[in-house]
Amino acid sequence: MDNMTLIVLLLILMGVAYQLGLTRSRAIARNTTGRMNSRPGYYGWLVALWCGLPALLVFILWTLLEPSVIRSVVLNQLPPEMADLTAQQADSLMRRLNDIASGYGVAGDPAAYEVAAAETLSRLRSIGELAKIAVMASLALAGLFLARGRIHADMRARNHVEKVINVGLLLCSGVAILTTVGIVFSMFGEAMRFFSFVPPTDFFFGTNWNPRFSSTGGNAYGDFGLLPLLWGTLMVSIIALLVAVPLGLMTAIFMAEYAPGWLRSFAKPVIEVLAGIPTIVYGVFALMVVGPFFSDLGALVGIQVRSTSALTAGFVMGVMIIPFVSSLSDDIITQVPQSLRDGSLGLGATKSETIRQVVLPAALPGIVGAFLLAASRAIGETMIVVLAAGNSPILHANPFEAVSTVTVTIVNQLTGDTDFASPQSLVAFALGLTLFVITLGLNVVALYIVRKYREQYD
Amino acid sequence: MKMVDPDVMVRRDDDRQSQRAASQGVKMSARDVKVFYGDNEAIKGIDLDIMENEVIAFIGPSGCGKSTFLRTLNRMNDTIENCRIEGKVTLDGEDIYDPSLDVVLLRAKVGMVFQKPNPFPKSIYDNIAYGPRLHGLAKRKYDLDEIVESSLRKAGLWEEVKDRLDRPGTGLSGGQQQRLCIARAIAVSPEVILMDEPCSALDPIATAKIEELIDELTESYTIAIVTHSMQQAARVSHRTAYFHLGELVEVNDTETVFTNPEHELTEAYITGRFG
Amino acid sequence: MSSTMDSAADKRDQIQSRVASSLRRRHAKERRFRMFGLAAVMIGLAFVAVLFVSIFSRGLPAFWQSSMTLDVYFNPEILDVGPAPVRQQDESPRDFEQRQQSWRTRLTMANWNKVMQDALIAAKPELEEHRRSLRKLFTNGEKYRLRDMVAEDPSLIGQTHSVKLLADAEVDVWVRGNIDRSLPDSRLQLSPEVRRIADQLHDEGILKVAFSTVLFTNPDSRSSPASAGLAGAFMGSLFMMMVVICLAVPVGVASAIYLEEFAPQNKFVDLIEVNINNLAAVPSIVFGLLGASIFINYLRLPLSAPLVGGLVLSLMTLPTVIITTRSALKAVPPSIRQAALALGASRVQTVFQQVLPLAVPGILTGSIIGIAQALGETAPLLLIGMNAFVANIPATPFEQSTALPVQIYLWQGNEMRNFFEARTSAAIIVLVLLMITLNALAIWLRKKFETRW
Repeated sequence: MDNMTLIVLLLILMGVAYQLGLTRSRAIARNTTGRMNSRPGYYGWLVALWCGLPALLVFILWTLLEPSVIRSVVLNQLPPEMADLTAQQADSLMRRLNDIASGYGVAGDPAAYEVAAAETLSRLRSIGELAKIAVMASLALAGLFLARGRIHADMRARNHVEKVINVGLLLCSGVAILTTVGIVFSMFGEAMRFFSFVPPTDFFFGTNWNPRFSSTGGNAYGDFGLLPLLWGTLMVSIIALLVAVPLGLMTAIFMAEYAPGWLRSFAKPVIEVLAGIPTIVYGVFALMVVGPFFSDLGALVGIQVRSTSALTAGFVMGVMIIPFVSSLSDDIITQVPQSLRDGSLGLGATKSETIRQVVLPAALPGIVGAFLLAASRAIGETMIVVLAAGNSPILHANPFEAVSTVTVTIVNQLTGDTDFASPQSLVAFALGLTLFVITLGLNVVALYIVRKYREQYD
Repeated sequence: MKMVDPDVMVRRDDDRQSQRAASQGVKMSARDVKVFYGDNEAIKGIDLDIMENEVIAFIGPSGCGKSTFLRTLNRMNDTIENCRIEGKVTLDGEDIYDPSLDVVLLRAKVGMVFQKPNPFPKSIYDNIAYGPRLHGLAKRKYDLDEIVESSLRKAGLWEEVKDRLDRPGTGLSGGQQQRLCIARAIAVSPEVILMDEPCSALDPIATAKIEELIDELTESYTIAIVTHSMQQAARVSHRTAYFHLGELVEVNDTETVFTNPEHELTEAYITGRFG
Repeated sequence: MSSTMDSAADKRDQIQSRVASSLRRRHAKERRFRMFGLAAVMIGLAFVAVLFVSIFSRGLPAFWQSSMTLDVYFNPEILDVGPAPVRQQDESPRDFEQRQQSWRTRLTMANWNKVMQDALIAAKPELEEHRRSLRKLFTNGEKYRLRDMVAEDPSLIGQTHSVKLLADAEVDVWVRGNIDRSLPDSRLQLSPEVRRIADQLHDEGILKVAFSTVLFTNPDSRSSPASAGLAGAFMGSLFMMMVVICLAVPVGVASAIYLEEFAPQNKFVDLIEVNINNLAAVPSIVFGLLGASIFINYLRLPLSAPLVGGLVLSLMTLPTVIITTRSALKAVPPSIRQAALALGASRVQTVFQQVLPLAVPGILTGSIIGIAQALGETAPLLLIGMNAFVANIPATPFEQSTALPVQIYLWQGNEMRNFFEARTSAAIIVLVLLMITLNALAIWLRKKFETRW
């Protein structure tokens, strides 16, 4: 019986339990003179929860723990000369035993101890399976009948059920925290392992990026200098902001202050389409259309422009961020109270004077916050730079040349053959940690500024 | 004999009467002015003259169109989408809705003070200097300083803020903010100042100061003030216009309006039967 | 008295003339500023236009492919495999399966090229002398398609059927002029003879560029680029979206309900809030790293499985779902809650019976936006091995698979640029249309159920 069937059976049983609770509470209600504490449905739910939850909990724990328990039992009963296996050897042995146990056959004849271990393995598995079903079934039934038996008129079924709902909701909102904890711990853990190969100073202050692959042998792992990547990230992001900020801000101003209704209702959604387009599409667009265009344009005026360059990636990224900047700025500009505009217009200021000298200064904090959010987005963007930045991790200041960024390097180091023991792969986590810290910092500051701004005009 | 609210005290200031008589020229005049918001007619054909150097108060129940009418006098309604204006409004005989007339110029001549004090998020100095700078009224820093000082003096704010001109205008108290806004309006030397319930957000003491200020300003400016307080209208204005549901019911000397109104609607309003 | 009046009037006149003199300049400035704004909007619109025009103009042709509709004679002499095995009375299932297996192997080994060549020669007998070149005209995958047809229906052997056979990708490129025809022979993949035959067939209308559905029905293919399709990637994406719908949406909605309706005011809840806001802005690639480290390295979940991809995307979209659901709940006026509570409903009853139904349109909109975001995401999937080449259509979320955006990434990197550039753009069209459909659905829902309080 696989896990899916087990869960479905449990759900069916919960349905039955609900019905039993329901009928039981109705029967009691008929026989008592007073009112039941809760509506019958709640008794049904209570019985169903008592039936399902403990069994489900056992199921989850069992499924998580079983493999490692079985593994340690099997490995312990190996002949004594096999006692000191490394983790990797143990892994491959377990795979081999698995194949023997499931009857697929393995390369070479299995040794006697292997056959024995495989037998133990399959025996343990079937015992485990049966035990799991037995435990779950008895728990479910016990819960069912216990809860059903305890139904009486004064039982505060609704409060119990609501308590469970409340805890369930709380647990769900814990997932977000868990995600953050997961991110921080995985990044930190793996980054620490990386720093056991390469000292942090070499990583954070190194100006060379040349991670040689370990197949070359020896202890030299190559150079893991972060600075060229950080510089590339910075260059691409600055170009992106140079495109997105003026265009996005002017778009927001025009939309909020000038555009007639029909234009606004047409242009706003169309520009926001830009925000919904997947980044891979921008990447391909940059590679196929924008890159060659810049390259030709450069040739026309006599500048050598690579078709995959910081300029191409930055420009396309800027286009991508335009709607982000414009919708955030639009929100912020429309929050500036109309009375300030009236005050300025009433003095004989033109509209643009009002915007530039009153509205924008008043909205400045919010707009700065929006720019920071845009910057953090540009820094974390991956696919456009993977496709269009050219991947050349060298420190230079020429925007027409190829660069590499933190995100590109993460992708390069962690795709294909992932070996979690080599610094070449682990460096991705150190890079990810850097990226995480930078974007988090920008966000915290930006959100703080924006919130302060909102409070000012609330 | 008509019943009049005893609280309404009408000033019988001979001085003011004579002053008004001295300058009987019509400053602004409205002829058959209608204002529409979409299909909704908010003002239904108003004829009114505003005399030079007078204080005229617009009163009436809320939603009667007094603020809307005030805003047509310097075309602030232009900023509202789907607002349409018919009829003729003149300033010194010139049609202010003439397409060839520049609204910037008009608003430099007809200043406005709003219901809620709305100082810009700038320093006190920059708030006052905003208008003169826009219009290029000061050639040198010295001239600008002079304009700022004299405007603040006229608004009775100079002594209170002269040591903190570089502090933000938003840091002042409500009454000070409103006087700052008046000073800001004066700084461009307008001919007419429109005031849209300038004291509604202020406490009584601040209100008294503003009313005093209005009194002083009549010497050199024509003032139209919208107010929801009849007492205030009685205290500050020479003439009073009563608006009802988008129509001008009655306009007359303030004294007459409050002691001997011609129209029963006016009487009902000033005796507090609705408002 | 009158002199002061005059001087005041003079001063005003002076001011007015100053104001008037600067007006032209100021109005010019105003117009300029306005033009900048209009220009910014126009540039934005132009970007949208260029993006769509360039992608559609490149991608649409890929839905049409060179093919030949030929009468294929399933010649029993070539397909000498005997009748399909039928299970005997005294045969064990195992033996039968073995027999069937060997029959299929023989079928696969049959000379399908010859079948196709014969079909073409039947249509145009003078090609007999170029027989050897003809096999280059068909894409490799068509052999297996014919084989599958026979395996499905063994009675085809000995019959003649009209079949639309796809041309080879190189032939397609050549015939449609997607390559510089003046290149020297050494730089062209096809031999001069094949090129000549292809042109001839094209002129005679045997080789036609016709609408083709392979893009939708086939999985990716390396040996036969012309029959590479999106079906595998599509299923992968579908499975991931299902995981997202099953995980991110319920968990997100539940935590939004908790935070908005039940959470007490304390430090812990503040922490969750700040945390969610920041999580929403964490770069997507970081979630890929999380998946690689926790799901792949630590929990040992399978590489390239849509299940793992779905998990990663769920974590990524969770904040979006939470934030949009919360604002949907916030939009329900407190008076409704108060009314329900005043009637004696408990907090839980109020939320689930009164507030939640009113917020459903908003929640749906938010969920759809979250799903669309997950559908378009590429970077995190690269880190959990979803960029592997997969030649099958996955049947379960545990099998190896890729995803639509990743397929685009893989195709844009294909060396057969002349052919795959259009294919890539076609895949983009499919993806973008899906995204637009989802977003339109969200907008439609919002419009339809929008309530003003």
